[in-house]
Amino acid sequence: MRWVVVIAALTLVGSAAAADGKQVFGRYCASCHGPDASGSTGQRYGGGAARNQSVQTGMGPSLHGVGALAADFYLRTGYMPLKRNGIQPRRSRLLLDNAQIDALIRYISSLGKGPAIPHPHPERGNVSEGMALFRSHCAGCHQIVAEGGYVTNAVPPALGDATPTQIAEAVRIGPYVMPKFSTKAISDRQLNSIIRYVEYANHPDNRGGWSLGNIGPVPEGLVSWFVAGSALLGVCLVIGKRLHG
Amino acid sequence: MAKAKDILLSGLVLVAGRGRRSPRPEAERVVPDYDADPRAETWAIVLLLLSSLCCAGFIVVYAVDRIPHQTQFLGLSLGLALVFFAAALIVTALRLVVTEELVEEYPPELHVGEVDLIASTVEESGSRLTRRRLFKLALLGAGGGLVTAALTPAASFGPLLRVKDYFGTPWTRGRRLVDEDDRPYKASDIEEKDFYTAFAEGADKEEAGASLVLVRLPTSSLKLPPELQGYDANGIVAYSKICTHAGCAISMYRVPTFLPDEPKPALVCPCHYSTFDPASGGTVQFGPAGRPLPMLPLEIDARGFLRAKGNFDGAVGPAWWGVRNRKPSPQS
Repeated sequence: MRWVVVIAALTLVGSAAAADGKQVFGRYCASCHGPDASGSTGQRYGGGAARNQSVQTGMGPSLHGVGALAADFYLRTGYMPLKRNGIQPRRSRLLLDNAQIDALIRYISSLGKGPAIPHPHPERGNVSEGMALFRSHCAGCHQIVAEGGYVTNAVPPALGDATPTQIAEAVRIGPYVMPKFSTKAISDRQLNSIIRYVEYANHPDNRGGWSLGNIGPVPEGLVSWFVAGSALLGVCLVIGKRLHG
Repeated sequence: MAKAKDILLSGLVLVAGRGRRSPRPEAERVVPDYDADPRAETWAIVLLLLSSLCCAGFIVVYAVDRIPHQTQFLGLSLGLALVFFAAALIVTALRLVVTEELVEEYPPELHVGEVDLIASTVEESGSRLTRRRLFKLALLGAGGGLVTAALTPAASFGPLLRVKDYFGTPWTRGRRLVDEDDRPYKASDIEEKDFYTAFAEGADKEEAGASLVLVRLPTSSLKLPPELQGYDANGIVAYSKICTHAGCAISMYRVPTFLPDEPKPALVCPCHYSTFDPASGGTVQFGPAGRPLPMLPLEIDARGFLRAKGNFDGAVGPAWWGVRNRKPSPQS
């Protein structure tokens, strides 16, 4: 019982501290984005003969005018805070709790006029139009089944965990080395269709049962050759065996 | 329904009755007499019955649409039916069919000495030829001629003899750039950090020389080599969309959100990851491509439309021998 009280008290203290977005920013973001979020080009320090490694402070873009959209995307996917700069942000466990994220988003969006968090409506979209758009704009990197892939020096992620809002945000931001698409290139209506298609690709109708990751004929072929092939071989051996000397 | 039942019952009685035939009168057996194996027989019959049960199950699953995971149950029932049937056949073959091992001797060798006879026959049959060497040469010439004639149509496979067609592109000075729905691109449509596919106005979009990938870069970041100076239009650069390695479509554009921390802009081919730098004239940064992407010179007309200022600086399309020595020409 006592523990519950202690944990509750700690949580309360935690959220009280998180209420101030600027404080959270100072703690987790300012070392790269600069104390007033106006970005930093970085300074080298450390390094040397003994430890051939240089450490940098700074090297983060300005956040003025990025709006709630970008803050919501980067914080709720776990892309930010980044472990160190120069690496690709990946979807990861959230370091900050919900109250802290909300406070940070409020703080970032107060820095300048920027886009708000979008509210896509995939149910209004059309799967086949979405597939055509996904094929021409997205499939080059993310693959037609949204399983992700490779570009040189970067890894386009699989979209299995992306929420409709996050997909809408990513299309407008173009995180890391992804191109960004304005409403002129992909309208909000077309975006609904794209999201509808991604949702379909993430949960396809697996009539055959065992989907093997939905990545196509290679694993399916492996299973049929190795599993079914060994079974057939075993049966052949049984048939060919002589029981009466 | 009642009639079907009757037919089924009488069929079963007939099948069951067949076994109880009166034995034939005593005669010499052809195959050795083995003891009966009632256990194996029971097994085989049970397995066959199970197989027919599974078949009935298949029909039921097929007929009833409400069953969840219908595909899986269809596969399972039919698969089990085949497995039981196979097992019944195996039991029958191993335990129930009479087997015997017979040894058959090789027949005695019949053609002793005939090999030598054939050799000398062949040798002596050529005795009428006086100019043997010439004859062999003529034979060789005719054979070689036939093979060459058969292979000649292969010349149609590649640009060994007719290469001109491969260098024709629809681009001439003043031709507009259009999107896939034939709407002409304006320079103001092209935004930084996005990429566009463009085609020559009025040209066949399936043609290798017609398609372009279009990006806008900050003019300060352009580092075009001297021979490509002026190919961009206010930072908008156009390259052939066909990879110079194997001819895939360049469908990936890598563009950093924050340049100091991230890889610099690049056009990437999804087939083998050939990576081209759009800022320096399409030079190869990585991958198997052997030459830069051909670049198309652009200009902006008075109404703001993007137009070609000439033809590509190099041959469009995948690599083959001699491709570097060729320049593209306007289509005739």
